[in-house]
Amino acid sequence: MDWGFILERTLSAMIGPEVVVYALAAVGLNVHFGYTGLMNFGQVGFMAAGAYGMGITVFWFGWSFWVGLLFTFVYGAVLALILGLPTLRLRADYLSLVTIAASETIRIVARSRVMKPVTGGAEGIDAFAKPFYDLSPFELGDFYRLGPFKFLGRDVWMLVVGWIVLVAVTLLVSQLMKSPWGRALRAIREDEDAARALGKNAYSYKMQSLMLGGLIGALAGLLQVIQKASVQADTFNPVITFTIWAILIIGGPGRVWSPIVGSMIYWTIIVFVENTLRQLPAGTRTNLESWINLSDFNIGMLRFILVGLGLLLLARYRPQGIFGSREEMALDRR
Amino acid sequence: MTAADAVAIRATGVVKTFGGLKAVDVERIVIPKGRITALIGPNGAGKTTFFNLLSGFDKVDSGTIELDGEDITGMPPHRLAAKGMVRTFQLTKVLSKMSTLENLKLGALGQRGENFFVALFRGLWADQEAAIERRADALLERFNLGHMRDEFAGTMSGGQRKLLELARAMMTDPQVIMLDEPMAGVNPALAQSLLEPIKSLRDEGRTVVFVEHNMDVVREIADRVIVMSEGRVIAEGTPEEIRTNRAVVDAYLGTHRGTESDGGGAQ
Repeated sequence: MDWGFILERTLSAMIGPEVVVYALAAVGLNVHFGYTGLMNFGQVGFMAAGAYGMGITVFWFGWSFWVGLLFTFVYGAVLALILGLPTLRLRADYLSLVTIAASETIRIVARSRVMKPVTGGAEGIDAFAKPFYDLSPFELGDFYRLGPFKFLGRDVWMLVVGWIVLVAVTLLVSQLMKSPWGRALRAIREDEDAARALGKNAYSYKMQSLMLGGLIGALAGLLQVIQKASVQADTFNPVITFTIWAILIIGGPGRVWSPIVGSMIYWTIIVFVENTLRQLPAGTRTNLESWINLSDFNIGMLRFILVGLGLLLLARYRPQGIFGSREEMALDRR
Repeated sequence: MTAADAVAIRATGVVKTFGGLKAVDVERIVIPKGRITALIGPNGAGKTTFFNLLSGFDKVDSGTIELDGEDITGMPPHRLAAKGMVRTFQLTKVLSKMSTLENLKLGALGQRGENFFVALFRGLWADQEAAIERRADALLERFNLGHMRDEFAGTMSGGQRKLLELARAMMTDPQVIMLDEPMAGVNPALAQSLLEPIKSLRDEGRTVVFVEHNMDVVREIADRVIVMSEGRVIAEGTPEEIRTNRAVVDAYLGTHRGTESDGGGAQ
């Protein structure tokens, strides 16, 4: 077993592109669920909206990357309005039903043959991210090494921009939540009727929250497709939404740094388990193959099973997440 | 109510039905300004529904509600709060995971920092926030909650929660304050400590309307009592008048008009 290799992969994964993309999406979900109590089960829909805001602008309209950046936000905001207008006056569960359905609708429509001229169908869209990488001060094809971290130049550039965006958005959300605006959101999370009785327009606040978190999700989607350099409908599947939820739960909802730390923990575990399993000594490997049918193919499955087990243990022993407070959680039961 | 009393709330021809049931069918209710008015009646009399209609949490089927002469029928609660009318809830709605101080600060109206874009710039709302905090601290002292200032509201006892709701409602500086069963769930020994704060609201010239089951409380603090039964107003008057009112006694004990001898238990 090559422990050096496993360690290098794992440490690099700790700050890698997936961590940034999922953490940013989780910051958006944290605005929704952590601070406002909105049950959004379609965060991946906002990511898809952001990605196609860019993709369609470049591919269908032939406009520039920078116009596409603008449309990333337009698509995210429009999706939030469409989802929020009919559901936010209703009980909380309606939003969750509509968001999960909408995110799947977006994926299925985007990959359909009819939409091929616009979205590229199942093959998707590529060749839009060049202007982004043209700005890179790093050689795109070279490997860069810093301590235990090793990345391709194009990833280094994406990571630099990604981490700046992620930290800036996290600090922005943190500032907002300390303001009277954030206080109104938290009040709505605790008890919507109390907030309404005290003169707060709960519907309007929930809509603002849905839009803010949705825009952050759209930005995450954009980062993801910039990193992959392609917009593929099937990458925006519901599993992504649930991964984002898992990340937020690991960190603890309603805390500033939980999305980032949750995402780092999640991806560290995933990459560590996968690389360890792939590097097992031949004897152990054969045993596992005959014992639980472990093949190269289902190593991918096994790591999710192990993460699921980890979440179970977390729910049992630290239900409030890394940053949450048990004391605070206990208040729910009173 | 004498002719000299000004009117705070006037409800005319208010009807609300749920399915086939007429929960509220009120021809006319007038709530005088600067007084404490109690709304009483047996379970299912429609008090809470009527309360929800007045406070904008439910919509009337027909009829009008006026606040200070202005038609407020169908106005949502957050706009009523801005007009000086605020309510509390029978099951207290404290914001458990926020501190007592934060609970109060939420209540202040017209906060600049509640606008998303203004909220981004601390300098635009920090002064106002400091002023709000001073008001909140003063109210916490007045309602004997100073020691709970930085504790989670969720850790409070039933009586403290009622006080918190009252103090929080006061942050809106209301003209009309509506209390839904202010004594429900409060240790009877502490009830007295809740009565004084309520009386003090009237002494400041505010109008208080409350729903209550406890007749001792009603007698002690109400200037005026409105009795509802089966959605209608069956009596109005001072607590003393109501106590001896035959219709009221019947409504509470079951309807056996004129058959004193048969005991009144059956219904």
